[in-house]
Amino acid sequence: MGNHSDGSPNHSGTVATAGQNEVEKFQDPGLPPHRLRLADTDPRAAKRAERQVAFLFGLSVVGTATFILAYFLIDLGEGSGATIATIRLQNALLGLGTAFAMLGIGTGIVHWAKALMPDHEVSEERHAVRYEEDRQAAVRIVDDIVEETGIKRRPLIRNTLLGAVALAPLPAIAIFGDLGPRPDKALAHTMWAPEDGKLKRLTRDPDGTPIKASDVTIGSAFHVIPEGLNELHEGKLNEKAKAVVLLMRLDPESLNPSPGREDWGYNGIVAYSKICTHVGCPVALYEQQTHHLLCPCHQSTFDLTKECKVIFGPASRPLPQLPIAVDDEGYLVATSDFNEPVGPSYWERDEHERSIKS
Amino acid sequence: MSAASRAEAPAYVAKTKVGRITDFVDERVGGSGILREFGRKVFPDHWSFMFGEVALYSFVILLLSGTFLTFFFDPSMAETHYDGSFTGLQNVEMSVAYSSSLDISFDVRGGLFMRQVHHWAALLFVASIAVHMLRVFFTGAFRKPRELNWVVGGVLLILAMAAGFTGYSLPDDLLSGNGLRIIDGVIKSIPVIGTYISFFLFGGEFPGTVIIGRLYMLHILLVPALILLMIVLHLFMVVVHKHTQYPGPGRNDGNVVGYPLGPVYAAKAGGFFFIVFGVIALMAAFFTINPIWNYGPYDPSPVSAGTQPDWYIGFVDGALRLMPGVIGDFHFEYVIFGYVLTLNVLLPALVPAGILFTVMFMYPWIERWITKDNREHHVLDRPRNAPTRTAIGMAGFTWYCVMWAAAGSDLIATHFNVSLNDVTYWLRALFFIGPVLAFIVTKRVALALQRKDREIALHGRETGRIVRLPHGEFIEVHAPLDDYKRYKLVGFESPAPLPAVPNEHGIVTRKEKRRAALSKLFFEDRVAPATPGELEAAHGHHGEHEAVETAEEQRSLTH
Amino acid sequence: MKALSQKRRHPLAAIALLLMGLLVTGGLYAVATTMNQAKASTTNFTEHDTEEGGKLFAANCATCHGMGASGTQDGPSLVGVGAASVDFQVGTGRMPMQMNGPQAQEKPVQFNEEQTRQLAAYVASLGPGPSIPEAGLLDEKGNAAEGGELFRVNCAMCHNAAAAGGALTRGKYAPPLAGVSGQHIYEAMATGPQNMPVFNDANISPEGKRDIITYLKQIETNGSPGGADLGALGPVAEGLFVWIAGLGVIIAFTIWLTSRTS
Repeated sequence: MGNHSDGSPNHSGTVATAGQNEVEKFQDPGLPPHRLRLADTDPRAAKRAERQVAFLFGLSVVGTATFILAYFLIDLGEGSGATIATIRLQNALLGLGTAFAMLGIGTGIVHWAKALMPDHEVSEERHAVRYEEDRQAAVRIVDDIVEETGIKRRPLIRNTLLGAVALAPLPAIAIFGDLGPRPDKALAHTMWAPEDGKLKRLTRDPDGTPIKASDVTIGSAFHVIPEGLNELHEGKLNEKAKAVVLLMRLDPESLNPSPGREDWGYNGIVAYSKICTHVGCPVALYEQQTHHLLCPCHQSTFDLTKECKVIFGPASRPLPQLPIAVDDEGYLVATSDFNEPVGPSYWERDEHERSIKS
Repeated sequence: MSAASRAEAPAYVAKTKVGRITDFVDERVGGSGILREFGRKVFPDHWSFMFGEVALYSFVILLLSGTFLTFFFDPSMAETHYDGSFTGLQNVEMSVAYSSSLDISFDVRGGLFMRQVHHWAALLFVASIAVHMLRVFFTGAFRKPRELNWVVGGVLLILAMAAGFTGYSLPDDLLSGNGLRIIDGVIKSIPVIGTYISFFLFGGEFPGTVIIGRLYMLHILLVPALILLMIVLHLFMVVVHKHTQYPGPGRNDGNVVGYPLGPVYAAKAGGFFFIVFGVIALMAAFFTINPIWNYGPYDPSPVSAGTQPDWYIGFVDGALRLMPGVIGDFHFEYVIFGYVLTLNVLLPALVPAGILFTVMFMYPWIERWITKDNREHHVLDRPRNAPTRTAIGMAGFTWYCVMWAAAGSDLIATHFNVSLNDVTYWLRALFFIGPVLAFIVTKRVALALQRKDREIALHGRETGRIVRLPHGEFIEVHAPLDDYKRYKLVGFESPAPLPAVPNEHGIVTRKEKRRAALSKLFFEDRVAPATPGELEAAHGHHGEHEAVETAEEQRSLTH
Repeated sequence: MKALSQKRRHPLAAIALLLMGLLVTGGLYAVATTMNQAKASTTNFTEHDTEEGGKLFAANCATCHGMGASGTQDGPSLVGVGAASVDFQVGTGRMPMQMNGPQAQEKPVQFNEEQTRQLAAYVASLGPGPSIPEAGLLDEKGNAAEGGELFRVNCAMCHNAAAAGGALTRGKYAPPLAGVSGQHIYEAMATGPQNMPVFNDANISPEGKRDIITYLKQIETNGSPGGADLGALGPVAEGLFVWIAGLGVIIAFTIWLTSRTS
């Protein structure tokens, strides 16, 4: 059955890559002799294998039945008193039923093939992927086709066709122009900007209760949204995605505000954008003793005592600070919008930042 | 001629009804010819050849379970208040997409099971593609004539990742929403057009109200259609090339040895579909995947510890984690001509994945250029018999694994009680050192294994039986191999370095010199297969042969 | 049967019956009084408690926290941390600390309930601070859905959405919350142990804290509807599982499938 030495791997090679002398090689002994299986010689073994296969197929029927019973007998409807445990039970039984139904058929067929079908290995000749005469015939055909179209003789046709085909997809690209609006300065602004001269209160996420300065005890961390966010009917999540803020209070001594930012906090209370300057995850992990803020997505760490400078991880820019003060009623308010765009960087960010600051 | 055959054709009339129907169809589609061509086609049998099938079957299961899910899923991002049967989210504000995903999980019988089947099958789909590609790489199955099929396979891997990612985001839960936000951040870091792409993708600012619907369309129509197309191409080429086979007695580049399609191979492959389905069903029955009810609806404010993508995107996420944003006083984000270049995001997001995929796609041509080998290869290399290729593969795999591990750095920290920061520092170091170490170690291990093969081919297997010779020498008896087993150990090629050759103008180009240097790197350290001459010499000099005979004698004496 | 009826007439039977009656009565009384005490301990402490607590403090805590709990270099001042803080730190075994490290580890509890209460009484007497919560706030009968929402906003980023825990910087971590009593969860929120921020009543109202505990206990008792939760760690655990278990089983099948039958 096996082809002998003349077909061995090294014979078809170029001399350059074959690392050994042709003479000094073992000859391919050909396919090893076929060994008979137990079921080939012993009819009882064959009968046993037959019963095993039938048993596996029977198991599959049991699986199918399990699935159908679990589907119809376990009620998840209203008033059925179904709990999480009921759902778990049904899920497990449906899965187990399917698994048995499938594995029964699969293992049955495979066992049948392995134990009872002939297991003689066969050798088949490989054929070249391409024959030289086919190549020549193909070249002739292509030449004829090209000749009949006359495209070589009529360059005007060829060139105009190429031009037309090259331009034709342009509308297909242009038609996607309405996928979204052009980027504008919206990225640079948030809801914190005072509206009609009224400063926005800091309110609790998610219920929107305004926060008094006295509520924020040392070591506290408040998750904050701007006043009026919950009342928005459109684009609520878009605004929330930019405006969320983390409010913390620490010993005023440990804050080191840079010149011009001394009055951005209030008595040790500071508010920073919660949106990571790396790729925008919420930087919500506040360690109240080390005063570090950690982003759970990529572990950028910001030091609150150094105006949220990056001290570890992939972020490169400090978190933007929201300037806050206290209004007449003792509630915390944002005195202005952020002084720079929040969140991850983008190509036009610097331009936007300059326009905010000017 | 056709007239003549038409005149003779009616001679055959099927006896049974089924036979007549079959004949009716056959006369119109020509099934007999197809069956004659493929019915007994030979397929080699080896467990490592099955991963492509695992991928194919997972894909079929994905189509089946996915179709079920589309009947109940609503990709709308409109606001709603949940009123299904899960008490933990009662009356919580959420999108319709998330609410319908919860309904599938809690109120549609078998819906949770189908969701879990779909997600487990998706993870298995990409994993089996990856393992299949590793097998193809390490055995050299990508060599001529299969280079293009290797590329199609690579495209399939990318498409599988795309299918997975677009599906991951659909339930609009907190985990996947934060994943989308990360994608948005990465897109925004692209110079010049990043902001535009982001606005076009999300229909304005993140998160907007259109992204789920758009991803849904990509997930259920475009990506699966492309995958199907690529699968058809892939299988077509498999038929054209026929399957590769492992080296061994009776196997060579001119033949293919194995079982005929009908019945054995068809039965095994067909049965295997049910086995894969059964294994996925078992996982879905007993193991939770993507418990969206824990994560809650997407909201830009919260985030969960352990926010990670599914495993196949993990290496990109890991690279993002490993990149330092600031080194000393140097910030990787800087302003150039008034525009922001965000290298701390751009580099890790694009460069490692870019290098991995470029090298992967190019590798068949790289190796072909270095070895100047233009022959067809249908007999595989055992990985140890191509030490440098195996080492390159392991270096790449290690590099991937370092980034992969980095995506779980927080879980490594909590589960092994080490500092999160230290894990990152170590992985940063391994990012550079790991591949180099893996290359060196793998190459040496491969060479050592080759040497072991050579020993066994020449001296036989160690039996563990120690025999004392009459003159007092102790010796371990080696059992000689039969011809078939020996051929398996010696029947391989061991190419030598190809020195630089001048071109037709008699000049050795710089490119050729570079090629020669690489060829030296590839093949300088090599273990040539044992030769008959060496076997002869081994038996003559070392006396093992005699030792065996002595042992036999002693045994016959004691009996 | 016969044997029993004979024993019934045994001279010692009456005594045994009497003893049994006494035991039952005494046991019931003991249970009733401890229940009363448990209620009492959440509200006020006796002078005796404070006194005993002071002795325990001097013997076990003062090394680090200083005499009078005014703090030293090794431990912070405990004036004004409140009874809740002591009940959490000592009741979960975090205090006394075994050694200095990134954070105090949970370990077997060192003091019994009585002693813990006395220590709490002593520290509470030093200055006003969060007290041990009322039993009504720990009944796990709040609104789980609202608790879940509060949990995701305020807690999930450190403790994970399924309360499976997570990593913090430099070896610190947020522990998993399964198996932690409602009282300790409440106290942790109220006092902000270690690096956990404080969630005072203005931030999360007592009612909200009750909802959070209800939510946590609900997900803990319900378990996952989909089967084993693989640690509720998310995609990393799922990926590992599919690579090791999923592919492992499939590879076992492929080896069987391609092996020769004997």
